[in-house]
Amino acid sequence: MAQVATANQGMWSGGKSPFKVEYGKLMMWYFLMSDAFTFGAFLISYGTIRFSTNSWPDPNHVFRSFPIVGEMHIPLAFVSLMTFILIMSSVTMVLAVGAGHEMNRKEVLKWLGWTILGGIAFLSCQAWEWTHLYHEGAWWGHNPFMNIDGTQASTNFTNFFFTITGFHGFHVLSGVVINIIMFIMTYKGVFDRRGHYLMIEKAGLYWHFVDLVWVFVFTCFYLF
Amino acid sequence: MENAHVAAIPHAHATDEAHTFDRKAIWRTFRILLYITLFELALAISYYEIEFSNPHLVKHLLNGIFIVLTLAKAFFIIAEFMHLRHEIRNLILTISIPALLFIWFITAFLWDGNSYKNLRNTYDKHYREHATEKVEQKEPAKGEKEEPGKLQ
Repeated sequence: MAQVATANQGMWSGGKSPFKVEYGKLMMWYFLMSDAFTFGAFLISYGTIRFSTNSWPDPNHVFRSFPIVGEMHIPLAFVSLMTFILIMSSVTMVLAVGAGHEMNRKEVLKWLGWTILGGIAFLSCQAWEWTHLYHEGAWWGHNPFMNIDGTQASTNFTNFFFTITGFHGFHVLSGVVINIIMFIMTYKGVFDRRGHYLMIEKAGLYWHFVDLVWVFVFTCFYLF
Repeated sequence: MENAHVAAIPHAHATDEAHTFDRKAIWRTFRILLYITLFELALAISYYEIEFSNPHLVKHLLNGIFIVLTLAKAFFIIAEFMHLRHEIRNLILTISIPALLFIWFITAFLWDGNSYKNLRNTYDKHYREHATEKVEQKEPAKGEKEEPGKLQ
Protein backbone atom coordinates (compact mmCIF):
# COMPACT_ATOMS: atom_id res chain seq x y z
CA MET A 1 0.00 0.00 0.00
CA ALA A 2 2.68 2.40 -0.95
CA GLN A 3 1.13 5.75 -1.41
CA VAL A 4 2.66 9.14 -1.71
CA ALA A 5 1.32 11.25 1.11
CA THR A 6 0.77 14.70 -0.25
CA ALA A 7 0.39 17.67 2.02
CA ASN A 8 -3.17 18.84 2.37
CA GLN A 9 -3.72 22.42 1.40
CA GLY A 10 -6.26 23.26 4.08
CA MET A 11 -5.97 26.22 6.40
CA TRP A 12 -4.78 24.17 9.36
CA SER A 13 -3.51 21.08 7.56
CA GLY A 14 -0.12 22.46 6.71
CA GLY A 15 1.49 22.55 3.28
CA LYS A 16 0.66 26.21 2.96
CA SER A 17 2.55 29.25 4.14
CA PRO A 18 0.60 31.70 6.35
CA PHE A 19 -0.33 34.90 4.52
CA LYS A 20 1.12 33.20 1.42
CA VAL A 21 4.51 34.74 2.07
CA GLU A 22 7.79 33.04 2.74
CA TYR A 23 8.56 32.41 6.41
CA GLY A 24 11.62 34.68 6.44
CA LYS A 25 9.70 37.56 4.90
CA LEU A 26 6.90 37.30 7.48
CA MET A 27 9.43 37.19 10.29
CA MET A 28 11.13 40.26 8.87
CA TRP A 29 7.79 42.09 8.97
CA TYR A 30 7.31 41.06 12.60
CA PHE A 31 10.82 42.20 13.46
CA LEU A 32 10.16 45.54 11.75
CA MET A 33 6.98 45.95 13.82
CA SER A 34 8.96 45.42 17.01
CA ASP A 35 11.63 47.86 15.89
CA ALA A 36 8.92 50.34 14.94
CA PHE A 37 7.62 50.17 18.50
CA THR A 38 11.12 50.78 19.85
CA PHE A 39 11.60 53.87 17.72
CA GLY A 40 8.03 54.88 18.41
CA ALA A 41 8.67 54.68 22.13
CA PHE A 42 11.74 56.89 21.77
CA LEU A 43 9.93 59.45 19.65
CA ILE A 44 6.88 59.47 21.89
CA SER A 45 9.02 60.02 24.98
CA TYR A 46 10.67 62.90 23.11
CA GLY A 47 7.25 64.31 22.25
CA THR A 48 5.99 63.95 25.80
CA ILE A 49 9.00 65.72 27.30
CA ARG A 50 8.78 68.45 24.72
CA PHE A 51 5.04 68.93 25.28
CA SER A 52 5.63 69.12 29.01
CA THR A 53 8.19 71.95 28.78
CA ASN A 54 7.31 75.57 28.26
CA SER A 55 9.80 76.25 25.50
CA TRP A 56 12.30 74.50 23.24
CA PRO A 57 15.15 75.51 20.89
CA ASP A 58 14.17 76.60 17.39
CA PRO A 59 15.25 73.97 14.83
CA ASN A 60 15.52 76.60 12.10
CA HIS A 61 18.10 78.31 14.23
CA VAL A 62 19.97 75.20 15.38
CA PHE A 63 20.10 73.32 12.08
CA ARG A 64 21.21 75.94 9.63
CA SER A 65 24.73 74.89 8.73
CA PHE A 66 25.92 73.27 5.55
CA PRO A 67 29.28 71.75 4.71
CA ILE A 68 31.76 73.78 2.64
CA VAL A 69 29.82 77.06 2.74
CA GLY A 70 31.38 78.00 6.07
CA GLU A 71 29.49 80.57 8.09
CA MET A 72 26.60 80.91 5.67
CA HIS A 73 23.29 79.96 7.25
CA ILE A 74 20.79 77.92 5.25
CA PRO A 75 18.09 76.56 7.56
CA LEU A 76 17.22 72.89 7.10
CA ALA A 77 19.10 72.56 3.80
CA PHE A 78 21.51 69.91 4.99
CA VAL A 79 18.86 67.67 6.50
CA SER A 80 16.86 67.99 3.27
CA LEU A 81 19.86 66.68 1.40
CA MET A 82 20.10 63.75 3.82
CA THR A 83 16.41 62.96 3.37
CA PHE A 84 16.77 63.07 -0.40
CA ILE A 85 19.78 60.75 -0.31
CA LEU A 86 17.94 58.21 1.84
CA ILE A 87 14.76 58.25 -0.24
CA MET A 88 16.84 57.84 -3.42
CA SER A 89 18.61 54.86 -1.87
CA SER A 90 15.20 53.37 -1.08
CA VAL A 91 14.24 53.71 -4.74
CA THR A 92 17.46 52.01 -5.87
CA MET A 93 16.75 49.24 -3.34
CA VAL A 94 13.29 48.64 -4.82
CA LEU A 95 14.86 48.48 -8.26
CA ALA A 96 17.36 45.92 -6.94
CA VAL A 97 14.50 43.80 -5.59
CA GLY A 98 12.71 44.11 -8.91
CA ALA A 99 15.82 42.99 -10.76
CA GLY A 100 15.97 40.06 -8.35
CA HIS A 101 12.50 38.98 -9.38
CA GLU A 102 13.72 38.87 -12.97
CA MET A 103 16.77 36.83 -11.84
CA ASN A 104 18.96 39.51 -13.41
CA ARG A 105 22.18 39.26 -11.41
CA LYS A 106 24.00 42.19 -13.02
CA GLU A 107 21.10 44.58 -12.49
CA VAL A 108 20.81 43.50 -8.85
CA LEU A 109 24.51 44.23 -8.34
CA LYS A 110 24.18 47.62 -9.98
CA TRP A 111 21.22 48.78 -7.91
CA LEU A 112 22.51 47.25 -4.68
CA GLY A 113 25.78 49.10 -5.29
CA TRP A 114 23.97 52.41 -5.57
CA THR A 115 21.95 51.64 -2.42
CA ILE A 116 25.15 50.93 -0.49
CA LEU A 117 26.70 54.17 -1.72
CA GLY A 118 23.56 56.06 -0.72
CA GLY A 119 23.72 54.56 2.75
CA ILE A 120 27.38 55.47 3.15
CA ALA A 121 26.64 59.01 1.92
CA PHE A 122 23.87 59.36 4.50
CA LEU A 123 26.12 58.11 7.30
CA SER A 124 28.83 60.57 6.24
CA CYS A 125 26.32 63.41 6.31
CA GLN A 126 25.11 62.40 9.75
CA ALA A 127 28.70 62.18 10.98
CA TRP A 128 29.34 65.71 9.68
CA GLU A 129 26.19 67.00 11.38
CA TRP A 130 27.20 65.43 14.70
CA THR A 131 30.77 66.75 14.47
CA HIS A 132 29.55 70.22 13.61
CA LEU A 133 27.09 70.30 16.49
CA TYR A 134 29.76 68.97 18.84
CA HIS A 135 32.06 71.82 17.86
CA GLU A 136 29.27 74.25 18.64
CA GLY A 137 29.12 72.81 22.14
CA ALA A 138 26.26 70.36 21.81
CA TRP A 139 26.53 66.84 23.24
CA TRP A 140 24.82 64.55 25.72
CA GLY A 141 24.53 66.73 28.80
CA HIS A 142 25.54 69.97 27.02
CA ASN A 143 23.12 72.28 25.24
CA PRO A 144 24.51 75.60 23.95
CA PHE A 145 21.26 76.64 22.28
CA MET A 146 18.64 78.66 24.06
CA ASN A 147 14.88 78.27 23.77
CA ILE A 148 12.89 80.03 21.11
CA ASP A 149 11.41 82.38 23.72
CA GLY A 150 14.83 83.38 25.04
CA THR A 151 14.83 81.28 28.20
CA GLN A 152 17.50 78.82 29.30
CA ALA A 153 17.08 75.50 27.52
CA SER A 154 17.53 72.15 29.25
CA THR A 155 19.82 69.42 27.96
CA ASN A 156 16.76 67.36 26.96
CA PHE A 157 17.06 68.81 23.48
CA THR A 158 20.56 67.52 22.78
CA ASN A 159 20.11 64.31 24.77
CA PHE A 160 17.13 63.27 22.72
CA PHE A 161 18.63 64.48 19.46
CA PHE A 162 21.86 62.54 19.76
CA THR A 163 20.24 59.42 21.23
CA ILE A 164 17.54 59.07 18.62
CA THR A 165 19.57 60.08 15.58
CA GLY A 166 22.35 57.86 16.93
CA PHE A 167 19.99 54.91 17.20
CA HIS A 168 18.77 55.58 13.69
CA GLY A 169 22.31 55.98 12.38
CA PHE A 170 23.18 52.64 13.94
CA HIS A 171 20.31 51.06 12.02
CA VAL A 172 21.53 52.66 8.80
CA LEU A 173 25.00 51.29 9.50
CA SER A 174 23.71 47.76 10.08
CA GLY A 175 21.58 48.14 6.93
CA VAL A 176 24.66 49.07 4.92
CA VAL A 177 26.53 46.07 6.33
CA ILE A 178 23.63 43.76 5.46
CA ASN A 179 23.47 45.22 1.95
CA ILE A 180 27.21 44.67 1.49
CA ILE A 181 26.75 41.04 2.52
CA MET A 182 23.86 40.78 0.04
CA PHE A 183 26.10 42.27 -2.63
CA ILE A 184 28.81 39.72 -1.99
CA MET A 185 26.33 36.84 -1.97
CA THR A 186 24.80 38.03 -5.24
CA TYR A 187 28.23 38.43 -6.78
CA LYS A 188 29.15 34.87 -5.83
CA GLY A 189 25.97 33.56 -7.43
CA VAL A 190 24.38 32.24 -4.22
CA PHE A 191 20.91 33.40 -5.25
CA ASP A 192 21.23 32.08 -8.79
CA ARG A 193 21.97 28.66 -7.29
CA ARG A 194 19.02 28.96 -4.89
CA GLY A 195 16.71 29.92 -7.69
CA HIS A 196 15.32 33.00 -6.03
CA TYR A 197 16.36 36.42 -4.76
CA LEU A 198 14.04 36.46 -1.76
CA MET A 199 16.92 37.36 0.56
CA ILE A 200 17.34 40.65 -1.31
CA GLU A 201 13.66 41.32 -0.78
CA LYS A 202 14.03 40.85 2.98
CA ALA A 203 17.07 43.12 3.09
CA GLY A 204 14.98 45.57 1.07
CA LEU A 205 12.24 45.57 3.69
CA TYR A 206 14.80 46.41 6.37
CA TRP A 207 16.26 49.22 4.28
CA HIS A 208 12.83 50.74 3.63
CA PHE A 209 12.11 50.56 7.33
CA VAL A 210 15.27 52.57 7.99
CA ASP A 211 14.07 55.18 5.49
CA LEU A 212 10.63 55.21 7.09
CA VAL A 213 12.04 55.86 10.55
CA TRP A 214 14.11 58.72 9.14
CA VAL A 215 10.94 60.32 7.73
CA PHE A 216 9.51 60.41 11.28
CA VAL A 217 12.75 61.48 12.95
CA PHE A 218 13.17 64.25 10.38
CA THR A 219 9.65 65.52 11.05
CA CYS A 220 9.90 65.36 14.83
CA PHE A 221 13.29 67.01 15.24
CA TYR A 222 13.60 69.34 12.29
CA LEU A 223 10.09 70.38 11.33
CA PHE A 224 8.13 70.56 14.56
CA MET B 1 12.63 19.38 -1.28
CA GLU B 2 12.63 22.63 0.66
CA ASN B 3 14.36 24.35 -2.25
CA ALA B 4 11.83 23.13 -4.78
CA HIS B 5 8.98 24.24 -2.54
CA VAL B 6 10.42 27.70 -2.10
CA ALA B 7 11.36 27.92 -5.78
CA ALA B 8 7.75 27.21 -6.65
CA ILE B 9 6.55 30.27 -4.78
CA PRO B 10 8.75 32.81 -6.58
CA HIS B 11 7.89 31.27 -9.93
CA ALA B 12 4.18 31.66 -9.36
CA HIS B 13 5.04 34.91 -7.66
CA ALA B 14 7.09 36.05 -10.66
CA THR B 15 4.22 36.00 -13.09
CA ASP B 16 2.15 37.72 -10.44
CA GLU B 17 5.08 39.97 -9.50
CA ALA B 18 5.86 41.06 -13.06
CA HIS B 19 2.30 42.20 -13.09
CA THR B 20 2.45 43.99 -9.77
CA PHE B 21 6.11 45.06 -9.70
CA ASP B 22 5.61 48.22 -11.66
CA ARG B 23 8.66 50.35 -12.37
CA LYS B 24 6.45 53.31 -13.24
CA ALA B 25 4.67 53.10 -9.89
CA ILE B 26 8.03 53.12 -8.08
CA TRP B 27 9.22 56.30 -9.81
CA ARG B 28 5.83 57.88 -9.37
CA THR B 29 5.97 57.09 -5.66
CA PHE B 30 9.46 58.60 -5.51
CA ARG B 31 8.20 61.81 -7.13
CA ILE B 32 5.27 61.98 -4.70
CA LEU B 33 7.64 61.58 -1.74
CA LEU B 34 9.96 64.23 -3.17
CA TYR B 35 7.17 66.77 -3.73
CA ILE B 36 5.69 66.20 -0.28
CA THR B 37 9.12 66.68 1.33
CA LEU B 38 9.83 69.83 -0.67
CA PHE B 39 6.42 71.20 0.29
CA GLU B 40 7.07 70.49 3.99
CA LEU B 41 10.43 72.25 3.78
CA ALA B 42 8.89 75.23 2.00
CA LEU B 43 6.34 75.53 4.79
CA ALA B 44 8.95 75.17 7.52
CA ILE B 45 11.28 77.76 6.00
CA SER B 46 8.52 80.24 5.21
CA TYR B 47 7.34 80.04 8.82
CA TYR B 48 10.87 80.98 9.81
CA GLU B 49 11.04 83.90 7.38
CA ILE B 50 7.55 85.45 7.53
CA GLU B 51 6.30 87.51 10.46
CA PHE B 52 2.89 86.30 11.57
CA SER B 53 0.44 88.22 13.73
CA ASN B 54 -0.48 85.02 15.55
CA PRO B 55 2.60 82.76 15.29
CA HIS B 56 1.34 80.36 17.95
CA LEU B 57 -1.77 79.43 16.00
CA VAL B 58 0.11 79.19 12.71
CA LYS B 59 2.70 76.86 14.29
CA HIS B 60 -0.03 74.54 15.53
CA LEU B 61 -1.66 74.53 12.11
CA LEU B 62 1.69 73.85 10.49
CA ASN B 63 2.41 70.95 12.86
CA GLY B 64 -0.93 69.42 11.98
CA ILE B 65 -0.05 69.66 8.29
CA PHE B 66 3.37 68.10 8.94
CA ILE B 67 1.77 65.17 10.74
CA VAL B 68 -0.66 64.52 7.90
CA LEU B 69 2.07 64.78 5.25
CA THR B 70 4.43 62.54 7.22
CA LEU B 71 1.72 59.89 7.55
CA ALA B 72 1.10 60.18 3.81
CA LYS B 73 4.81 59.59 3.14
CA ALA B 74 4.83 56.64 5.52
CA PHE B 75 1.83 55.19 3.74
CA PHE B 76 3.51 55.43 0.35
CA ILE B 77 6.79 53.94 1.55
CA ILE B 78 5.05 51.00 3.22
CA ALA B 79 2.50 50.37 0.49
CA GLU B 80 4.72 50.70 -2.59
CA PHE B 81 8.39 50.37 -1.62
CA MET B 82 7.73 47.64 0.93
CA HIS B 83 5.08 46.21 -1.34
CA LEU B 84 2.53 45.78 1.45
CA ARG B 85 -0.32 47.04 -0.71
CA HIS B 86 0.04 43.99 -2.93
CA GLU B 87 0.17 41.40 -0.14
CA ILE B 88 -2.92 39.58 1.05
CA ARG B 89 -5.43 41.42 3.21
CA ASN B 90 -4.68 39.69 6.49
CA LEU B 91 -0.99 40.57 6.34
CA ILE B 92 -1.92 44.19 5.65
CA LEU B 93 -4.17 44.11 8.73
CA THR B 94 -1.41 42.56 10.86
CA ILE B 95 0.63 45.67 10.21
CA SER B 96 -2.02 48.37 10.01
CA ILE B 97 -4.08 47.55 13.11
CA PRO B 98 -1.14 47.88 15.54
CA ALA B 99 -0.16 51.05 13.68
CA LEU B 100 -3.59 52.54 14.30
CA LEU B 101 -3.39 51.60 17.97
CA PHE B 102 0.00 53.28 17.95
CA ILE B 103 -1.59 56.53 16.86
CA TRP B 104 -3.72 56.38 19.98
CA PHE B 105 -0.54 55.75 21.99
CA ILE B 106 1.00 58.92 20.51
CA THR B 107 -2.11 61.04 21.13
CA ALA B 108 -2.45 59.87 24.73
CA PHE B 109 1.15 60.60 25.66
CA LEU B 110 1.28 64.01 24.03
CA TRP B 111 -1.98 64.91 25.75
CA ASP B 112 -0.51 63.76 29.06
CA GLY B 113 2.67 65.74 28.49
CA ASN B 114 0.69 68.87 27.75
CA SER B 115 -1.50 68.34 30.81
CA TYR B 116 1.59 67.94 32.97
CA LYS B 117 2.92 71.25 31.67
CA ASN B 118 -0.35 73.05 32.36
CA LEU B 119 -0.71 71.61 35.85
CA ARG B 120 2.87 72.49 36.67
CA ASN B 121 2.50 76.05 35.42
CA THR B 122 -0.71 76.46 37.43
CA TYR B 123 0.38 74.96 40.73
CA ASP B 124 4.14 75.45 40.82
CA LYS B 125 4.81 79.21 41.05
CA HIS B 126 8.56 78.75 41.27
CA TYR B 127 8.58 76.79 38.00
CA ARG B 128 6.44 79.42 36.31
CA GLU B 129 8.75 82.27 37.32
CA HIS B 130 11.85 80.36 36.32
CA ALA B 131 10.30 79.67 32.91
CA THR B 132 10.11 83.36 32.11
CA GLU B 133 13.68 84.30 32.99
CA LYS B 134 15.53 85.23 29.84
CA VAL B 135 19.15 84.32 29.21
CA GLU B 136 21.54 87.29 28.81
CA GLN B 137 23.21 87.39 25.46
CA LYS B 138 26.95 86.86 26.02
CA GLU B 139 29.46 88.77 23.88
CA PRO B 140 31.89 86.65 21.85
CA ALA B 141 34.90 86.27 24.17
CA LYS B 142 38.39 87.71 23.72
CA GLY B 143 38.33 88.28 19.97
CA GLU B 144 38.08 84.55 19.29
CA LYS B 145 35.51 83.01 16.92
CA GLU B 146 32.00 83.06 18.39
CA GLU B 147 31.52 79.57 19.79
CA PRO B 148 28.60 79.64 22.24
CA GLY B 149 29.06 77.31 25.19
CA LYS B 150 32.00 75.42 23.70
CA LEU B 151 32.76 72.25 25.61
CA GLN B 152 35.54 72.59 28.18
